[in-house]
Amino acid sequence: MNFLHIFALARKEFLALMRDKRSRIIIIVPPILQLFIFGFAATYDLNDVPVAVYNEDSGGASRELLARIEGSPHFSILYEISNDNEIAPLIDNREVLLVIRLDQRFSANLQRGDPAPLQLIIDGRNSNTAMTALNYLRDVVLDFNREWQREHGQTGPPVKLEMRAWYNENLQSQWFIVPGIVGSLMLVVTLLVTALSVAREREQGTFDQLLVTPLRPVEILIGKAVPGIVIGLLEATLIILLMVWFFDIPLRGSIPALYLGILLFLVATVGIGLMISSICVTQQQAILGAFLFIVPAVILSGFTTPIANMPEVVQWLTYLDPLRYFLVIVRGVTLEGDSFALLFHQFWPMAIIGAVTLVLAAWLFRHRMS
Amino acid sequence: MSASLRRLWGMIRKESLQILRDPSSISIAFIMPVVLLLLFGYGVSLDAKNIPLGIVIEQPDTAAQSLAGAFDRSEFFHPQRFAAIQEAQQALIERRIDGILWLRNDFSSRLLSGDEAPIGVFVNGVDSNQANITKGYIQGTWLAWLQHFSAARGRALDLPVSMEQRVWFNPALSSHLFLVPGLIAIIMTMIGSLLTAMVVAREWERGTMEALMVTPLRMGEMLIGKLIPYFMLGMGGMLLSVAMALFLFNVPLLSPVWLLMLCSALFMLVSLAIGLLISIVTRNQFLAGQVALVVSFLPSFLLSGFLFDIHSMPGWVQTITYLVPARYFVAILQTLFLAGPVWPVILANAGAMLFMLLILATLVVKKSYKRLD
Repeated sequence: MNFLHIFALARKEFLALMRDKRSRIIIIVPPILQLFIFGFAATYDLNDVPVAVYNEDSGGASRELLARIEGSPHFSILYEISNDNEIAPLIDNREVLLVIRLDQRFSANLQRGDPAPLQLIIDGRNSNTAMTALNYLRDVVLDFNREWQREHGQTGPPVKLEMRAWYNENLQSQWFIVPGIVGSLMLVVTLLVTALSVAREREQGTFDQLLVTPLRPVEILIGKAVPGIVIGLLEATLIILLMVWFFDIPLRGSIPALYLGILLFLVATVGIGLMISSICVTQQQAILGAFLFIVPAVILSGFTTPIANMPEVVQWLTYLDPLRYFLVIVRGVTLEGDSFALLFHQFWPMAIIGAVTLVLAAWLFRHRMS
Repeated sequence: MSASLRRLWGMIRKESLQILRDPSSISIAFIMPVVLLLLFGYGVSLDAKNIPLGIVIEQPDTAAQSLAGAFDRSEFFHPQRFAAIQEAQQALIERRIDGILWLRNDFSSRLLSGDEAPIGVFVNGVDSNQANITKGYIQGTWLAWLQHFSAARGRALDLPVSMEQRVWFNPALSSHLFLVPGLIAIIMTMIGSLLTAMVVAREWERGTMEALMVTPLRMGEMLIGKLIPYFMLGMGGMLLSVAMALFLFNVPLLSPVWLLMLCSALFMLVSLAIGLLISIVTRNQFLAGQVALVVSFLPSFLLSGFLFDIHSMPGWVQTITYLVPARYFVAILQTLFLAGPVWPVILANAGAMLFMLLILATLVVKKSYKRLD
């Protein structure tokens, strides 16, 4: 193996990518744009859930409870209705997510110590939103109950829960999603750059020219892999800096462990990209191939929905996905403050995926050439 | 047959043959929907079950055991016992469990003496949504146990205000009922925008577009001739997705099929127009693929309300979502499938799509005439 050969090819690849103004922009601008838009957009937290109130009660207790609901940042009361018939159109037309109904005896029942039901009608079209809104409301009601019982000299429930969340103390979606975006963006950029590198030359006919140079197939492979890894490393550093400075995500763990993770993830991704590239003849096939890998890889990585909720067979599939391991590393280092030891079982599977895909890509290269 | 129709027919025939001969177009239209629907239908779920929960009981007596038993019986939890809180916390750090329920050794004595007996609960908050759901389930199990426990002692539980909830449209709150219909919008975006953008960009790149321009074919005929085969392809993918949603995932369709088809056709045209516009502007496959990914696929995934609630996004992001056609289509799909034909929702969203279509069509026509000069 001749390092000069590899260096020359890697240099040529860089120039080919960077000389074209449009592909230069494509590598840098969309990832950052996406980080910002999706960093703010992709949230499971709910703010200002539109609520309609149907309050038949005239007592002070109902007003106090409603004031608490209105005072919570999660809810905003948009409509006060006074008829059952108004409920259905408001929910059907998505004007409100939730209708809260208090019957005539609500305050009186409360004063007497009888149970006072809070009737809720909620739009379940998006089940997760509905469940989250109900959870927020339950917190408000439990708080109200506690205070009411204290003020009225009643004993509270005999057991109380003291909840504490670790690592993401205020349970902000952003802390979960933004580190995930780092991994997904690295996957997309690196995979596209490497998957297209060989296919483009094939389509333009320059691959044959490359073959008649003294470069050996392994050298071509490594020369094509290096730019992807370097671009990925730079991109990752940039996105992580933005994540820490702009989104205020903590970086509590070991940074060398994070970079080892990034490197192994990039090797695995580049291996997959080169495999796709060596199978495909045209750029279109390469993009579609990359896409056919990226979409399931992102979905099955635990980026937005937990792996533990998937059926067992699908969970086995996730073990083939390098992003799965990398997301544990990014979240582990940023939020959980992990060091090498706790992440060991995330490192070696990526190394294996990288080794296997690179060897396969090399084999396909030679196989396709003859 | 008039000359114009004959030219159009020739163009459609050429495009159809081109699609049929390129396995990647067929695969994106028919294999991709199947793979994606299977992946999403089975793989994407926000319904937590068997949450691994560590339970630490420092003083195992009847009250503590009965509370732990309530968690053992719940389908939401998969409890594991730990002898000491330190062991459980180590397991939480090593991600073997997602939460801890900690009953200290004075739990029963405080409970029986009438003091408020505290239970320590720790959850791993990294996945905040999952942590919120876990919290909700723990509270639910705890409240149910309290009621049972108080009733067994002959006094009802005094909870001043209790919640009585009724969930409309999706009483079981299962997430695939809203994810599967929303997915149809994403699949159609991929066929309409991504595939079209790249295929047409390839024609520019290879120079076959110029070759077409010197034929007697008029620009309008050429555009329509290009669109019709991809329109059919996209609608085919849509029908396949709807069939899978209905028969494989048992999502109810509470609206007439013609209405669903009509709205889908409108959305398909918008997607195709975006795809055409991208290809005309970029004229390069790599760029067209990237731009289509960034302006159509990812937004339809993240900014359409398919997964994340639009209402909770910051104001400036909400403004951007109005530019995402999938936003309107996802609202229509979720309503058509789960709630029935609610005309105000359908008309408002369909109107927005129609408006987008008119603007996009004007842009496409303008841009393509310019290129002829």
